Amino acid sequence: MYRALFAAAVFAIGIYCGKLFFRQGSDVPAPAPAYFSQSAAQGDSVGIGAGTITGKTIDVKPGQSIQEAVGEAAPGDLIRIYPGVYNETVYIDKDNISLQGVIINGEWPTLDGKKTMNDAILYSGNSTLIENIKITNYKGNAIMGQAGNNYVIRNNWIIDTGVYGIFPQFGKNGIVERNILTGIEDAAIYIGMCDNVDVRFNEVFGNVAGIEIENSRHALVEYNYAHDNTGGILAFLTPGLPIKTCYDVIIRNNYIYNNNTTNFGAVGSTVSHIPPGTGILVMAADDITIENNIVTGNDNAGITITDYGYAGVDHATDPESEPNSDRITLLDNVMSNNGNNPTADVKTIMLTKLSKLGPDIIAVGGGVGSCILNPNRYRTFGVDAYATCQSVDTRAVKTYLLDKPVMPRTTAMIEKGKMTYYGVCSGCHSYSARLVGPPVNIIQALYKNNPNGIAEFIANPVHKRDDYPEMPPQNYLSEETRKAVAEYMLSITK
Amino acid sequence: MKWTVILAVLCGAIAVVIASRSPEKTPSLILCNTCPPGFELMADNTCKLRTPYQQYESQDGNDPGVGGLKTALPLVRDGFTPQQIDLGRYLFFDPALSKDGTVSCASCHQPAKGFSDGLKTSVGVQNTSLKRSAPSLWNVAFYKKFFWDARATSLEAQMTGPLYAENEMGTTREKLLETINGIDSYRELFRQAFPSKTTSVVELNDIYTAIAAFESSLISLNSRYDQYAHGYADALNKKEIEGLNIFRSFVARCAECHTPPLFTNQQVAVIGLGEPDGLPLDPGAQETFQDASLRGAFKVPSLRNIERTAPYTHAGKFSSLREMIAFYSAGRGHDVPKNEKLHIHWHIWEPQLTAYEMDRLVDFLKTLTDESFTPPVPQTLPSGMRTEQSTQQPRLSINH
Repeated sequence: MYRALFAAAVFAIGIYCGKLFFRQGSDVPAPAPAYFSQSAAQGDSVGIGAGTITGKTIDVKPGQSIQEAVGEAAPGDLIRIYPGVYNETVYIDKDNISLQGVIINGEWPTLDGKKTMNDAILYSGNSTLIENIKITNYKGNAIMGQAGNNYVIRNNWIIDTGVYGIFPQFGKNGIVERNILTGIEDAAIYIGMCDNVDVRFNEVFGNVAGIEIENSRHALVEYNYAHDNTGGILAFLTPGLPIKTCYDVIIRNNYIYNNNTTNFGAVGSTVSHIPPGTGILVMAADDITIENNIVTGNDNAGITITDYGYAGVDHATDPESEPNSDRITLLDNVMSNNGNNPTADVKTIMLTKLSKLGPDIIAVGGGVGSCILNPNRYRTFGVDAYATCQSVDTRAVKTYLLDKPVMPRTTAMIEKGKMTYYGVCSGCHSYSARLVGPPVNIIQALYKNNPNGIAEFIANPVHKRDDYPEMPPQNYLSEETRKAVAEYMLSITK
Repeated sequence: MKWTVILAVLCGAIAVVIASRSPEKTPSLILCNTCPPGFELMADNTCKLRTPYQQYESQDGNDPGVGGLKTALPLVRDGFTPQQIDLGRYLFFDPALSKDGTVSCASCHQPAKGFSDGLKTSVGVQNTSLKRSAPSLWNVAFYKKFFWDARATSLEAQMTGPLYAENEMGTTREKLLETINGIDSYRELFRQAFPSKTTSVVELNDIYTAIAAFESSLISLNSRYDQYAHGYADALNKKEIEGLNIFRSFVARCAECHTPPLFTNQQVAVIGLGEPDGLPLDPGAQETFQDASLRGAFKVPSLRNIERTAPYTHAGKFSSLREMIAFYSAGRGHDVPKNEKLHIHWHIWEPQLTAYEMDRLVDFLKTLTDESFTPPVPQTLPSGMRTEQSTQQPRLSINH
């Protein structure tokens, strides 16, 4: 309870400060500056690795390009972005890059896509940090990650950036915290096909979906404030994706208020089917725990548990995707004033229940192994078969972040040399046969004990032999890789 | 030693004919004893794939093959012997495998055409026009599903389709065994490729294994895109990088289904495509899974070497990449026949790409070309037949 009060106080301060900072009469509050980059609570940056600055600092000021700074940056560098408007798409395809907005007297650095650009920030590198940036007017995403692990996305201020706001995809071990997002036509925070993620202290409002955990595993969603969306917090297993499971999600200590906004999702999108008035929605996901949330004023239903056959969602089926929500654990939650204006489907169920109000909790469709604590505290439909939960809380779970960052497999130099030799060189060189270039055993004779000679030659080849074509430069291989492959080339015997 | 060198020199390029001592005996072939490019020869005489992508494998890392640049590949089918791979190469190019000696695997999967055939839909024995286009075979070693409608789950199961379909290669199991066992050179080559076998009779599984071994050796993972992915920022020019960013953005959403590194997520998807020329709708994976919601669903094809495999789609509806992209941009369901209600994939929407953006996507797609490991077409075949393609050997693209 103390934690909940603390968080409430934090939000109040955040909204107050945001109103102080925001200009031009908009009612979108900025994230609370109390949190900038500090190493806050214990466990805050456990095992992430992002934001560890070991290199230089590159300052970007108005009129300069953030992308140029990224191009110039090496892993471990910090890029600081000063207040001003930047119209660009920034992509980060290297590891350990930190993008940090500098906020001076309430003036934010702003990425503005002018509604002509697709995405504000794309990253594929591991250990990417993105913080303190205002992002607006893009068509696709504010921040999208593809397979970047160990990510930190925090304290950003995101207003109408198209389909999604913050969208780490295929990432393992990351944190999304203290961001404020609004005006997103799908999910404001969309955790897609990720593992081990904490989503906390965010405020999402005026979106179709506030926070969506989709086909992800080990997600902790807590202390978020999801209000005035069409749906507040969602956990989905969507069929047809390469990841076939969504499980082990804890949704706790969130404020889920008045999510009654008219659905403005794109035709054909899954969320376009979400009825306004949806607090929490679990669809086909498994092992979901819902605990100690305040769920109030959601006009259709506070918590909805369903399989795919929900609200007109018309996905093609996926033989490898199990369609039911199984093992849902509903611990104590504070629920009031939900179900004031339910959909026709829910009304039909109400008739059978002789209820004038829609439910706090409704479960429809198949599923096994679910449980609930103290069901008599709520108006419930469809949970009669739920058992009484054995556990009462999830306090043992502090975080789903890993103890240490996800590292690529340590590749010894000989391994790196070997993989490059077979992956690149072997198209033209075999050990003893002439393919396109000379055989390796002839190269070995020429460069005995001289791997550096090979490493230099492959970066800048010169035409040496009339009986062979000129070799194209392999300068796309790093110096380290060229050395490794040269050494491997000299070591092989067949 | 010198002898080994000569064998290796000729290995893979031309079948080595050793004049036998007794003149009445058929000249015999020697199979290659080294692995094809991209593979390391192990102590147990198997070939294991080696690629820079393997440095991204990690015990606690992401699921492989689902996107991003520096990410691991799905599990690969490797571990065949050099001899099995080389034997598979002969079989692959040999029209003796068909009913009337006119069609080989390579008739529809031509190395010079990205292992497809450049046709809208392929042509089988007796010039029979077929229903669907020939999928490329590059990187099939990583696939879990085969055919446009995903009806096979292994290369061995896949090849029984075209081999025995009356209108494709049109042979039968009996006839195939009779043909292969009737050719002395093949019996000798199978003996080399399967030395532990006690019988000298070639069996169907041996044929399937050899062809699967060859197909699994077709690796294309060293395009300019790959060089960029591994960290060389200058591998792509500015326009190509713009294309990459459009490709992976959530407006165009290409990378959602064509996930790197293979550029396919290996799922089936309904994209809402009508048939060309007013043909009735191809039900696709609906038939495979007996599920009406999969009507019009097809396997997501890889985009590796995509510029080499026009025309595009299961029925070759679009003759250029630009037209294919325009389809995706033209709006959800715009091409669905009036009388059909399809469960179109949610990623199909209305991205409203500009002409400039579509051009950049084409620029990017052309960076996925890498044919540096193209295998040589056999100059002579054990059956004595001619390969259709011995004269159309592709130039090795050594200049990345």
